[in-house]
Amino acid sequence: MTTPFPDTEKLLNTLIEGIRGNIKPDTGIIGIHTGGVWVAERLHAALGSKVPMGTIDIAFYRDDYGRRGLHGDVKPSDIPFDVNDRDIILVDDVLYTGRTIRAAMNELFDYGRPGCVMLAALVDRGGRQLPIEPRFVGAQVSVPDEELVSLRRDDSGALHLSTEPRPTAHDQS
Amino acid sequence: MSRNPQLDSSGRLAHLLSIEGLPRETLVHVLDTARSFVSVTERDIKKVPLLRGKSVFNLFFEPSTRTRTTFEIAAKRLSADVINLNVGSSSQSKGETLLDTIANLSAMHADMFVVRHSQSGAPNLIARHVGPNIHVINAGDGRHAHPTQALLDMFTIRHYKHDFPGLRVAIVGDILHSRVARSQIHALTTLGVAEVRVIAPATLLPAAVTRLGVQVFTDMAKGLKDVDVVIMLRLQNERMSGELLPSAQEYFKNYGLSPEKLAHADSQAIVMHPGPMNRGVEIDSSVADGTQSVILPQVTFGIAVRMAVMSILAGQS
Amino acid sequence: MKTHIAGGRLVDPASGRDERADIFIDGSEIAAIGKAPAKFRAERTIDAQGLVVCPGLVDVAARLREPGLEYRATLESEAAAAAAGGVTSLACPPDTDPPLDEPGLVEMLKYRARNLNLVQVYPIGALTHALQGSKLTEMAELAEAGCVAFSQGDAPLPDPQMLLRCMQYAVTLGYSVWLRPQEISLSRGGVAHDGEVATRLGLQAVPAVAETIAVSTILLLARQTGARVHLCRLSGAESVDMVREAKASGLPVSCDISANHLHLTDIDIGDFDSEYNLVPPLRSSRDRDALRAGLADGTIDAICSDHTPVDDDAKQLPFAEAAAGATGLELLLPLTLKWADEAGIALVQALSCLTSAPARLLGIPAGSIVAGARADLCVYDPSQSWLVDATRFRSQGHNTPFAGYELRGRVLYTLLGGHIVYE
Repeated sequence: MTTPFPDTEKLLNTLIEGIRGNIKPDTGIIGIHTGGVWVAERLHAALGSKVPMGTIDIAFYRDDYGRRGLHGDVKPSDIPFDVNDRDIILVDDVLYTGRTIRAAMNELFDYGRPGCVMLAALVDRGGRQLPIEPRFVGAQVSVPDEELVSLRRDDSGALHLSTEPRPTAHDQS
Repeated sequence: MSRNPQLDSSGRLAHLLSIEGLPRETLVHVLDTARSFVSVTERDIKKVPLLRGKSVFNLFFEPSTRTRTTFEIAAKRLSADVINLNVGSSSQSKGETLLDTIANLSAMHADMFVVRHSQSGAPNLIARHVGPNIHVINAGDGRHAHPTQALLDMFTIRHYKHDFPGLRVAIVGDILHSRVARSQIHALTTLGVAEVRVIAPATLLPAAVTRLGVQVFTDMAKGLKDVDVVIMLRLQNERMSGELLPSAQEYFKNYGLSPEKLAHADSQAIVMHPGPMNRGVEIDSSVADGTQSVILPQVTFGIAVRMAVMSILAGQS
Repeated sequence: MKTHIAGGRLVDPASGRDERADIFIDGSEIAAIGKAPAKFRAERTIDAQGLVVCPGLVDVAARLREPGLEYRATLESEAAAAAAGGVTSLACPPDTDPPLDEPGLVEMLKYRARNLNLVQVYPIGALTHALQGSKLTEMAELAEAGCVAFSQGDAPLPDPQMLLRCMQYAVTLGYSVWLRPQEISLSRGGVAHDGEVATRLGLQAVPAVAETIAVSTILLLARQTGARVHLCRLSGAESVDMVREAKASGLPVSCDISANHLHLTDIDIGDFDSEYNLVPPLRSSRDRDALRAGLADGTIDAICSDHTPVDDDAKQLPFAEAAAGATGLELLLPLTLKWADEAGIALVQALSCLTSAPARLLGIPAGSIVAGARADLCVYDPSQSWLVDATRFRSQGHNTPFAGYELRGRVLYTLLGGHIVYE
């Protein structure tokens, strides 16, 4: 059973306005598959960025590979610009334990040495297990541990956040 | 008696021993995963940390620099430690049995064995005797199977032809002795191509080969008509010395891929070869180096495919 | 010692008997069947209610591995295996190390077997010196030492010219020639039947024609020389047809098959399981069905175990490198019964393949229950099922393709010359 969230489009706007004005013309925006890529696409379009958008799939950098193996559909990572000395905004949909961001940064640093890395998250639900902090956030929302927060994209491209009970297998966020 | 030797008790892929016995979904999963590894091989730091701390032992009972090097590169790009054992020169010649060698290496905390052996079924025997969480990859056993070669060939075909249904594929050469051909045939039929054709003289065809789902042609012009993919197999020197074929020259005349023969195939057909090539025996240099040849990309894809196989297996522990 | 076997179902194919009858044994002979002899006081009574009492089995091919191959098995273990399998007479092929081409070796073998007193051993002598196929052996000397026939075992057949001479020499002295039909150039290096299974597994193959060409050569030479020829371990449908035709034309030819080929086919090789590496190789189901039909219609005379114990190390190798063969003395009876059940063959006919027929082939006084004959008997429970567990075999060979099978028919008593040698 899903519970509706604060209006997702409103959160997106909050995030976009938070970033606007704090971004240089050559800043690179990189979305983390899959929800982070959807959010990044909206940010990239709204901010009118001239630098093409990048995508990262963290499958090869997860810290639970030893337990879960390669999970599901691995998509290619694609960063179509030079990372060296550039400001990067890493974008994810839901920030939780921080492990996804850790994996994404490890992968990002295999592409080069960024000038700085900022984190943009549509939702920060707390529950950090690593010392990771977002620079830009749509909203901070408290969610019980037994629930998952996920992002959906409907046919018209609109984004919707919702919660649902956590499945029995432990999930990394 | 009919438990699939490649699957563990939960039905997950524990070893890669042959294409035969693998469902279509597993083959597609390997190809999809390999695509991501291609992008890894295209960036500056070509490494990912998936197999860090794992030991991959290359056990080559039959020498092969090419294949062994590819597996070594693939394992190192996954951050694994690689140990190469040319077993011909060490314990085997001292009379140690195959299983004793495996037991000793397992005691050194090997996580993965990549095995090439001249006897069909040797990797299967090894897989039956390794402990849990040790994975065996068949790098070629006798005439039986060479699954990673077939997977990289399928990856290549999908890269250039986008999907499998509707494709006509011809495999030309020494089918009788070829583990590559057998694995390719199983992969092509499992992935659902429209036609698999084998083209060879009768002395190089195994018994009951049509039961594998192929059509047999002894006339190359007829066999290549309208095909989309031409796979040329290497003809080894010992086959050309008179017992199976009279000479290399006569073989090239009837079964070698020249521009004239290639013209029978579809104009957009791609030409493949598992390597190493015998120029002028099974393939003319102008075709090998020509615009329809994808032989060099096959090698690049081979690394990504082997990275995919190793990471899928190692993640099943 | 006077023994009374009471209340059993007596099945004696030699006389055609299948009826409830008691057996009375005095010393080493059968004293009487049915009614006790006058003043007979049994010192031991065996209650055979619900059991079958048949002649001790006669196995025309069981390798004892002596001399020379003692790391695989010894006479002690294999004779005990025979007794456990209800086998009281067996013929062993000459392919020992050294082969049985010297009378001294044959005498030693017979002497050792006699002392063990667990099974009667009838050696088959080497047809050519060292089984090399180029020089005749001293067949008369070997026969005097105890050989009942002459063979190449699993060694290659001599070329046609030499084979012709072997048959001429044998027929001169009145001996029979036992040959496993396999043409060497067609079968060199082959380990599996040339069909779909060998193609899928990438195993070097033996075409069916390797056997039929050899059968044809042997039959033509037999017709020319008048020799009594026995074809060992047939495997292919065409071979059965050729023997059927030859017998119909009056040729004195006989043949046997192994209990393994009665049931198994090349598909059973599965995942390169070297327990299924046998000689001749397991063939297709069509061939197996032809073998069964050949047994049923009498074209095939006998079923043997082809008992070939192999040490574990020699089987734990890739298929083509593994030693061929299966242990089988302890499975001969239940495998034959399994065939009889499945094919609807009467027990008296099925047991003839294990008793009267092989005894006739070897020319030995065995395989029948009649007053005055040696008391070689097998008493088994036809209804008892058991799981094949090779580690519990008496044989030193644990190599069996039937591991884990559930079989019916358990030997409870074996008597050799009136002594109970197994219970």
